Amino acid sequence: MNLIQEIEREEIAKVVEKRAVPEFAPGDTVRVNVKVVEGTRERVQAYEGVCIARAGGGINENFTVRKISSGEGVERVFPIYSPLIDSIVVVRRGKVRRAKLYYLRGRQGKSARIVEKADRKAAASTEE
Amino acid sequence: MRSGVIAQKLGMTRVYTDGGEQVPVTVLKLDKCEVVAHRTVEQNGYTALQLGVGLAKVNNMPKALRGHFAKASVEPKRKVAEFRVSPENLIEVGAEITADHFVAGQFVDVTGTSIGKGFAGVMKRWNFGGHRATHGNSVTHRSHGSTGQRQDPGKVFKGKKMAGHLGDERVTTQNLKIVRTDADRGLILVEGAVPGAKGGWILVRDAVKRALPDGVPTPGAFRTRGAAATTEAPAAEKGAE
Repeated sequence: MNLIQEIEREEIAKVVEKRAVPEFAPGDTVRVNVKVVEGTRERVQAYEGVCIARAGGGINENFTVRKISSGEGVERVFPIYSPLIDSIVVVRRGKVRRAKLYYLRGRQGKSARIVEKADRKAAASTEE
Repeated sequence: MRSGVIAQKLGMTRVYTDGGEQVPVTVLKLDKCEVVAHRTVEQNGYTALQLGVGLAKVNNMPKALRGHFAKASVEPKRKVAEFRVSPENLIEVGAEITADHFVAGQFVDVTGTSIGKGFAGVMKRWNFGGHRATHGNSVTHRSHGSTGQRQDPGKVFKGKKMAGHLGDERVTTQNLKIVRTDADRGLILVEGAVPGAKGGWILVRDAVKRALPDGVPTPGAFRTRGAAATTEAPAAEKGAE
């Protein structure tokens, strides 16, 4: 009955039809392939890092990916259902006890590591 | 001048364009928006269409209104409004205006009743600065300052901005873009915010400050009463859900 939810479901279906959204949670290392338009040419750029938060719900859901780029911490927020995302690949499953890993911002090096989850297999694990 | 429509605000969401941009949209619904009466120069001195939307209980309807709707042989309407049109754009009585009355990319003016805020102070109502929080201020932090001068003029000028009732008034927002329309479900997606609460009645008209794009249906997109019979069944199903 709720037409707003119906519209949101359709919008989500439109995006999922083109690319599947894998299951991932904070603590997982993900590679986000982002479409970048340079002039007239469109290419895909990978952005790999730790997912430190998922926020929002439905079509408004987004996730934050943190990585250390040339010694500087960088965070990018992606809407999960953005058409600008070419694909999302889960590289590694992390074992964490928080939904928001903002404590990583104050850490670097050894203390910023996340233990890999033993029981669940990564869907597209490139490591091991 | 084309007719506008009466719609109901359902709420806001977002959609993505093909280019990947996010567009915040307000969803408006046309719920059996039918022509109830004509206003003509001969009879009323001006030309307009009277439209009605929604479905009202017959028992709660005064006899005078029942007769008014019976004359047009339309069901009793929850909300009725007039739209000034040029004489060649009159649409026959009983026709149901559909959502493809507007085309994507077109600009519209929308009118609604803003959300009531009750009795509001000057900081909220008129964006006054208020007073200092510290440095010896006593009791007054959010009030206005002086309201006038001295013995001359010796009065507060009319129209002085003061605390009072805020909101719950007619507000028109101009030049909002139509993102998409869905004639089957009677939905209009307008870019940006529309005044009023969810469920409020919204008047949507062609923008007065923008030229109409090509391909806009004149006098309008509507189903005549004969054609309405075929579309009756899906409309009834939607109501039962």
